[in-house]
Amino acid sequence: MEQSGLMEDASQVPAPRRVGLFVTCLVDLYRPSTGFAAVRLLETAGCEVEVPPGQTCCGQPAFNNGDSATARAIARSIVERFEGFDHVVAPSGSCAGMLRRHLPELFADDAPWRERAERLAARVHELTSFLVDVCGSAAVERLRGAAPPRGVRTATYHDSCSGLRELGVREQPRHLLAAVDGLDLVEMRDAEVCCGFGGTFCVKYPGISGRMVSEKVENIASAGADAVLAGDVGCLLNIAGRLGREGRPVRVFHVAEVLAGMAERGIGEPASGAAGTGAVAGSSRG
Amino acid sequence: MIPESHRFPDRAGLALADEGLRLALDRARQGFIGNRRKAVDALPEFQELREAARRVKNHTLANLDLYLERFESQATAAGGQVHWAADAAEARARILAICREAGARTVTKGKSMVGEEVGLNEALEEADLEVVETDLGEYIIQLAGETPSHIVAPAIHKTREQIRDLFAEHHAPLGLGAPGLGNAELVARAREVLRREFLRADVGITGANFLIAESGSTVIVTNEGNGDLSNTLPRVHVVIAGIEKVLPGFEDLSTVLRLLARSATGQEMSVYTTVSTGPRRGEDLDGPEEFHVVLVDNGRSAMLGGEFREMLRCIRCGACLNHCPVYHAVGGHAYGWVYTGPMGSVLTPLIVGLDKAHHLPNACTLNGRCEQVCPMSIPLPTMLRKLRTRGFERGFGTRTSRMGLAAWGFLARRPAVYGSATRVAMGILGWLGRRRGAFRRLPLAGGWTGVRDLPAPEGETFQRAWRRRGARR
Repeated sequence: MEQSGLMEDASQVPAPRRVGLFVTCLVDLYRPSTGFAAVRLLETAGCEVEVPPGQTCCGQPAFNNGDSATARAIARSIVERFEGFDHVVAPSGSCAGMLRRHLPELFADDAPWRERAERLAARVHELTSFLVDVCGSAAVERLRGAAPPRGVRTATYHDSCSGLRELGVREQPRHLLAAVDGLDLVEMRDAEVCCGFGGTFCVKYPGISGRMVSEKVENIASAGADAVLAGDVGCLLNIAGRLGREGRPVRVFHVAEVLAGMAERGIGEPASGAAGTGAVAGSSRG
Repeated sequence: MIPESHRFPDRAGLALADEGLRLALDRARQGFIGNRRKAVDALPEFQELREAARRVKNHTLANLDLYLERFESQATAAGGQVHWAADAAEARARILAICREAGARTVTKGKSMVGEEVGLNEALEEADLEVVETDLGEYIIQLAGETPSHIVAPAIHKTREQIRDLFAEHHAPLGLGAPGLGNAELVARAREVLRREFLRADVGITGANFLIAESGSTVIVTNEGNGDLSNTLPRVHVVIAGIEKVLPGFEDLSTVLRLLARSATGQEMSVYTTVSTGPRRGEDLDGPEEFHVVLVDNGRSAMLGGEFREMLRCIRCGACLNHCPVYHAVGGHAYGWVYTGPMGSVLTPLIVGLDKAHHLPNACTLNGRCEQVCPMSIPLPTMLRKLRTRGFERGFGTRTSRMGLAAWGFLARRPAVYGSATRVAMGILGWLGRRRGAFRRLPLAGGWTGVRDLPAPEGETFQRAWRRRGARR
């Protein structure tokens, strides 16, 4: 894990950090609430947040399926859009891992682009890790006291694989969640075992993915929590989908939504209020 | 063993439907993972050892020709004979020739994965030799007519009840009834039957966990002692080993040995660690009269020169299998060949051909747990991804998945098209899904909705909502 936090402790630095939010395609398409929650957290932590226009995808579907040319084309546009920021933050360990660990690999034979990719990669962070490791303790202090989602008293945290193993994200979300008022965190069995999402894996090998997510959901239910949280919308869609299929009443939120006190409609829950517009109604920016 | 890896999806489907397999895998996995964890936690220098072992193996691989020649000259000096086999067919032919020259009728075998790789048993049996596997797990699957489903625990897919029934069936002709269900009773029965075989075997064939260049020795680690009986009782001892098994000396061996059993079974050391150097010498009380080592290439030297070299560091501990959620779900037989789990998903395409095994590197979530526990720090997910790149270049994969990927790639490179297409699509999906919050079925999404609901999107895309609000700010 990177130990950049010590050198960049927020309490000592007066100028706000300019953060480019890498929205990620799943947040963009499926879960805008997560994006707005991420913005609120970053702003509360003292950052100046921008969302560069024209964002699409981090390129993982292409990269992980062996289509390097497409992954490289996407990577170039990401570098161009984001290299002007002090930091790039993504509400996803998977996409942040792609940018931080794999972007430079794509340019193994292209020194100028590799250097640009490396410079960018070093400044890419997963959201909770950025808040704790980079923004530091003073910023974390300012994030205290969010209210948990209505009716949720205990939550369990699923460690998404890329965040955990590529970026060392494990304690950061738990540390932040400990500061949510009246929310108890309980650990499930095998929290660090893959949920079976795996990007395109889940539709290419649905039977195996189904077995994996069934086990995950079983462990979530056994933990006795009201809600399951994670830092990746991909895992959460998979988990919520299976919880729904099994009719288990566990609610599903991205960790950012809970930390920002903006968790209202859980993933896979019906919209309340007017059709089609209820989605981001509760997430107006402060 | 004929590779069946191209049928991975079908085989996986069968495995998923097998409730007995699920129970067996569940039990085994908890044991393996917990025991390894305890063993690793109890050894503060584990990570340093990992690093040291990686260096040892990298050095050896960088000088593989030198160490193999050293091994050959030392083994020969100790009275042994070293044979080189470029591929599986040569390995089989060489060993068959040794057995014929020895006038052998019966062969006992210690567990050898490279033996399985080259299809040794089938070749010997076709030549009318009686082959008896003596590792308990291998013995069980030999009786069942099956192949190993785990490189360390070949019969891990079998429950005790199934083993008892197998023994009852196959031991009836020996006048033995069904054994009890306890571990001790099953082991005692196997021992009773196998003892007779050890005593009448003409040739003993074992694998090698390591080859030691400085002395020309071969090393096996076992928990049952069956390897020792296979290599001391018969008149001829044949060792079959991949060329990547060589280590420079005993110092290096001790480094790697400290990792092997801890990673494999959570033991500090396996029960037996046996070093064989040459045949019986004049003053020895026992041991074989002939000592042969068959060094198998079978695709390894091609790996040495390319981007998969690091795979040759593998010491076959099985930790990657034990921690792989896909292996947990489907077990070893789904992989369709000798090597299974993450290491098998790299090795199988490299040895039998990517065209026959392109599913294996794809059937993985790239969750990275295998690399995390690999004692030799092999970057397994990176290698699986490299194999996917080769597969993509060669046009493997279903038409649907390639088309879907191409469509996504098209959109992802065109932000304006992406923006309007996703705005419309998410608007519709969000509206359709607003009441239930999720879809039970959706056209073209059967891969997803076959096993789980598809949560509905919120409706408006984030980027759209962000711009809209920005305009109002």
